[in-house]
Amino acid sequence: MSASSFAPTEAQGQDLAPVSAESLAALLVGGERPPRPSAWSASLTFGWRAILKIKHVPEQLFDVTAFPIMMVLMYTYLFGGALAGSPKEYIQFLLPGILVMSVVMITMYTGVSVNTDIGKGVFDRFRTLPIWRPSVMVGYLLGDALRYTIASVVMLTVGVVLGYRPDGGFGGVLAGIALLVLFSFAFSWIWTMFGLLLRTEKSVMGVSMMVIFPLTFLSNVFVDPKTMPGWLQAFVNNSPITHLSSAVRGLMAGDWPAGEVAWSLGWAGLFVLVFGPVTMRLYNRK
Amino acid sequence: MSQHTSGLAIETAGLVKTFGETRAVAGVDLAVPAGTVYGVLGPNGAGKTTTVKMLATLLRPDAGEAHVFGHDVVREADEVRSRVSLTGQYASVDEDLTGTENLVLLGRLLGHGRTAARMRSGQLLEAFGLAEAAGKQVKHYSGGMRRRIDIAASILNTPDLLFLDEPTTGLDPRSRNQVWDIVRAVVTQGTTVLLTTQYLDEADQLASRIAVIDRGRVIAEGTKGELKASVGAGSVHLRLRDAEQRPEAAEVLRRTLDAQVQLEPDPVTLTARVGTATSGIAAEQAARALGELARSGVTVDNFSLGQPSLDEVFLALTGHDTQSPKDEVTA
Repeated sequence: MSASSFAPTEAQGQDLAPVSAESLAALLVGGERPPRPSAWSASLTFGWRAILKIKHVPEQLFDVTAFPIMMVLMYTYLFGGALAGSPKEYIQFLLPGILVMSVVMITMYTGVSVNTDIGKGVFDRFRTLPIWRPSVMVGYLLGDALRYTIASVVMLTVGVVLGYRPDGGFGGVLAGIALLVLFSFAFSWIWTMFGLLLRTEKSVMGVSMMVIFPLTFLSNVFVDPKTMPGWLQAFVNNSPITHLSSAVRGLMAGDWPAGEVAWSLGWAGLFVLVFGPVTMRLYNRK
Repeated sequence: MSQHTSGLAIETAGLVKTFGETRAVAGVDLAVPAGTVYGVLGPNGAGKTTTVKMLATLLRPDAGEAHVFGHDVVREADEVRSRVSLTGQYASVDEDLTGTENLVLLGRLLGHGRTAARMRSGQLLEAFGLAEAAGKQVKHYSGGMRRRIDIAASILNTPDLLFLDEPTTGLDPRSRNQVWDIVRAVVTQGTTVLLTTQYLDEADQLASRIAVIDRGRVIAEGTKGELKASVGAGSVHLRLRDAEQRPEAAEVLRRTLDAQVQLEPDPVTLTARVGTATSGIAAEQAARALGELARSGVTVDNFSLGQPSLDEVFLALTGHDTQSPKDEVTA
C-alpha cells in the first residue's frame, strides 16, 4: 500500500455530519416530479450557470475588460495620425469597427471553455436529463452574450473618453451593440463546433486564431477597402465582418443602414443554421 | 413507483459496444427486477461503465437491445431520461459551483421553480450532512462529500432507477459505509439501483442479485448465495514464520481441508479455499486446519479467514485473474 493513501486530507469523512436516514426517506417520498422545463427556461438556467462561473472566477472577465481597452488605445494611437490626421479624427471611424473586431475575437473563448468543460463528469449528468438538448450550448452562449455586452460598454466608455461622439445618439449606439451581440451569439456556434470537434484546448485555440485573424483583419475595420488590390476587395467587401462593421458604424452614426443590417442578420442566421446542427450532432455523439 | 408490467427495471439482450478494435461490451444480457439493488461486479475495463452509459442513454449500442421500464434506450431516450439518474464514476456535479448552486441548477433543469429548487436543495444538503459545506465550491470537498453531493443530485427528483457507477472507489472505509447507508435508504423507498463495483463485499452488502462481468460478457449471474456457492464460502490466508515450512503447510491444508491450495508470491504465505455452503462450516474447517498445523510443528505467524476476494471469484469463474495481461481495456 502506498504511503499517500494514509496522508490526511483537509476534510476527512470523520468530520462530516452524519447522513440522516429519516429525513432522506421523507425527501424521497415527498419528491413529486414537476413538468419538464421549456427550452427557453432550460437555456436560461444554463446561462445562469455560466454567470455563476464568472462570479466564482472573476479574473475571467479580463478578456472583456483589459483586452478591449488595450485594443482601442493601441489602434487609435498607432494608426490615428497616419490614417486620419489625428487620433481624435480616426476614432470616429475606428471605434465601431474595433468594437466589432474585439467582440468577435472574444467569441473564440467559447470554444475553449466548451472544450475544457465537456470532458467533465457533470456533462454525463446534463446529457441524461430530460431537457431540450441544445439548451446546454445555448446557455453557454447566453452567458457569453453578457460578456460581449460588458466588453462593448467598456470600449464605448473608453472611446467617449478619447473623443468619440456617435451621431446616432443613445438609440443608435444601443442598436449597434444589440446587433453586434446578436451576431456574436450566432457566430459563436462555429466555436462550439470546434470546441467539441478538437481534442485539446490548445488545438481549439490554434484553429480559432487561424480563423479569427484573417477574418477580422481582412475587413473594413481599420481602413476603407478602396485602396486594396481587387482580389482582396472582393473578399473584404463580402466578408460578414465587413457587413457587420458597416452596419454597426452606420447605426452608431444614426444612418440606419438597412442593407448592411440585413446582410449581418443574414450571415448570423446562416451561422446558426449551419454550425448549430453540426454542434448538436457532435454533442450527442460525445 | 411506476413499474413496467414485466416487473423488470432493466432488460437487455445482446448489448454490444465497440470502440475501434475493442469490443468493450460483447453481448450483455441483463434482467434487473424493479425495486432491488442489482450489483454488476467486475474488474477495471470489464465493460461495466460502458454498459451503464448505454443504459443511461449516453452511448448508443452498436447491437442488441436495452429497455428501461419497457422503454427502448435509443428510440425512447427521453422517456428513459425522465426515469433515471446517473452518478458517474467521476463526480457528476460541477466542481466550480457550490453545493447549493449545483442542486439548485439541477432542480431548475428538472422543472422546479426557483423557490422549490432552493427549498429542495436545502433539505437535501441537510439530510446528507452537507449543510455546513453548502456554500463551498465542490472542488474543495473531500472524496466522501463529493459522493454525497453527487448522490444528492441524483435523487433531486426521486428517480425510478438510479445508476451508481463505482460509488465507493477511492473512499475511506467510513465514507464508504455512509454511501452504503444512503443506497439502502434510497432502495427502501422503491427506487431500483444498478450498482457497479469492483468489490465483492460491496455487492455482498447491498445487492440482492449480482452479475459478474468480464471482458464485456456476463460470466455469472444469480443471488449472492448462488454466486458464493459456486466459488466456495471463503479462504484461509496463512502467513508462516519460516518459508521452508511452506510445502509442509500446504500438504497439511490439502489433507485436512480437501481444498485447492494456492502459493502466493510472498514465500511465507499461502491461501486455501474452504467450505462450499455456509461460513459456519468454513470457520470449523479452518480451526481444524490450524490445529493440524500446530501438531505438525508449523509455526503460523498470522491467520485470517476471509470471504473469497474478487480475484478468487474470477479465478473460479474464468480460470484467469482480474489482472489479465492482455485485452486490458479502460472503458
